[in-house]
Amino acid sequence: MVVINDYLCKNCGYCVKFCPKNVLEIGTQRNKRGHFYPVAKEPDACISCAVCAAMCPEGAIELPPKGDVDNG
Amino acid sequence: MAEYKRPSSLADAPSGYCPGCLHSLATKLVAEALDELGQAENSLNVISVGCSALNILYWGNDFLSVAHGRAPAAATGIKRTNPERLVFAYQGDGDLCAIGLAEIMSAANRGENFTVIFANNQTYGMTGGQMAPTTLIGQKTTTTVYGRDPQTTGYPMKMCELISTLEAPAFVARYALNSPKGVNDARKGIKKAFQLQMAGKGFTFVELLTNCPTNWHMSPLQTLEYMNTNTIPYFKPGVYKDTEVDA
Amino acid sequence: MGEKRFMKGNEAIAEAAVRAGCRFFAGYPITPQNEIPEYLSWRLPEVGGAFVQGESEIASVNMVYGAAAMGTRALTSSSGPGISLKAEGISYLAAAMLPAVIVNISRGGPGLGSIQPAQSDYLQATKALGHGGFHAMVFAPNSAQEAVDVLYKAWDYAERDRNPVLVLMDGCLGNIMEEVELPPMKEMRPEDVPEWSLSRRNGRDYQGNITPIYTEMILEGINAMAGEMYKTWEQEDVQVEEFMTEDAEYIIVAYGIASRVSKEAVLKLRSEGVKIGLIRPITLFPFPKKSIETLDYNRVKCLIDIEMTIPAQMRDDIELQVKGRCPVYEYGRSGGCLLDDESVYEAIRDIIDGGDE
Repeated sequence: MVVINDYLCKNCGYCVKFCPKNVLEIGTQRNKRGHFYPVAKEPDACISCAVCAAMCPEGAIELPPKGDVDNG
Repeated sequence: MAEYKRPSSLADAPSGYCPGCLHSLATKLVAEALDELGQAENSLNVISVGCSALNILYWGNDFLSVAHGRAPAAATGIKRTNPERLVFAYQGDGDLCAIGLAEIMSAANRGENFTVIFANNQTYGMTGGQMAPTTLIGQKTTTTVYGRDPQTTGYPMKMCELISTLEAPAFVARYALNSPKGVNDARKGIKKAFQLQMAGKGFTFVELLTNCPTNWHMSPLQTLEYMNTNTIPYFKPGVYKDTEVDA
Repeated sequence: MGEKRFMKGNEAIAEAAVRAGCRFFAGYPITPQNEIPEYLSWRLPEVGGAFVQGESEIASVNMVYGAAAMGTRALTSSSGPGISLKAEGISYLAAAMLPAVIVNISRGGPGLGSIQPAQSDYLQATKALGHGGFHAMVFAPNSAQEAVDVLYKAWDYAERDRNPVLVLMDGCLGNIMEEVELPPMKEMRPEDVPEWSLSRRNGRDYQGNITPIYTEMILEGINAMAGEMYKTWEQEDVQVEEFMTEDAEYIIVAYGIASRVSKEAVLKLRSEGVKIGLIRPITLFPFPKKSIETLDYNRVKCLIDIEMTIPAQMRDDIELQVKGRCPVYEYGRSGGCLLDDESVYEAIRDIIDGGDE
């Protein structure tokens, strides 16, 4: 499952556009620098393909190893 | 199932790039390659002039900042005296194919054993969006306000095609960063270029087609579409030279 | 004792550089300095160094910039037109605080000028080697031997100051053959690689960066530090030869090839009873101000600036120290026409006898 480091986000929208399962959407909260950032609207639909992470210019999206997510 | 971790070679801070700028994606890909090859410590980045210089605050490796267009010359001095370092220059299109054309072509022709990452966004981003040698025909910039006219400004310069005519370069390739496939291919291409350098195979050149939402006056998502319909048909992605495969 | 050889000035410079620990050279062919790159193209590989024939003067100086950033003792050489092209890189060396040595075997100017020897680059060397208002130490040896001695120490100054050093000679000195005594080879060990450099050979394990661009507050501080450094040079690093000046009523000021020709004229005039002497700046920057400022102007009737360029370029620096206390005259040849002792003698005779320019 994706972990979004919202403080790095600049709201380009690439992750939302390229997610094949429409997991993400731009949320209604702003980060410290004023950008709206994505949230997982359908977390259960995530297939951990990492396309969102690959396309994020800022490296703001990570997919931790599965065990880490279950614990966290 | 995939895992993805932010490259440790990147500073733990937002980049200096505008929202949606694929320069920062290119930066991230380079950092990923350095991490994967365990070369973050050993690498030395030659930083040129323009938006590419924003990497000064973003990469954690050693860097030397140089004059406009001269990165391949400075990299020559570095690599010839310290061949054990992984040396790469990161240059934009104004830097590389206008003011630095002699330096890039000559370093490539000598087969200098370093890597040049070339970010081609078809404009001078840092100075406010003037025409670059790579600006597309008809593309509006602050110095081609009615669109680039080939009658007076010539045609966009194709660096991969030019460099691949030379005998010495080991690897010449172009990737477009506006799609997951392009990004994935670019990641592999950058890694391969570094590996060839580490094996002493000679000059390696990776062109990355990027965008400039700010100076193209488009939203980030619009720039990706513009690249599909305009940039990619002219600057065709692909591997232009690979001596390891050709041999 | 050193090793004696009969060498061309340019080749002596090249060999002295190698013995000083220089292990990188990049340059571009230009007359009358071609023997320097030609010699180093085979000599540097012999000692594990690297030689690159650059695609341009600009590329060459930037190759030196890269090598210098790695803590390698690096050299480039050229003649006036090429030094103009290198101006960018020399300014960046100063900005990035990188040591390197630049040799200018000068010729007639401006422009492409002529390929014959001339001293037409004094103002460029001492006042504006590039944009941004910086200085480099400028040495002006007047023989192959002195060139060897200067080159042997040049990187010590450059590394001490983290600033480029310029050696200014002319096509005569570059091409005459003279006996030189060569110093022993300096062996540069890994621990000699400067701590600030980007090399990891010195054991550094933290991120290093070298840049010619700064934020305004830092740049102002760097400018001020450079200003203090130039003042220190004036106190500690001036080199000057004073020849027969103790009782002199007439003083020639000349550097490089002009000083050798002028010395002949001094000896001839002395044999005729004229009390004349020579002040020869070896460092053009820092300029030997005190030697001229502290002359006894009750005794000294005039100063004569002899240069192989027209108009004389050092004259302003001389007049600033004379402060109007006596006239300053000039004589020179230019464009590649050579000074000779006879014409210098006659010019001085005219000045002494006529009392006017």
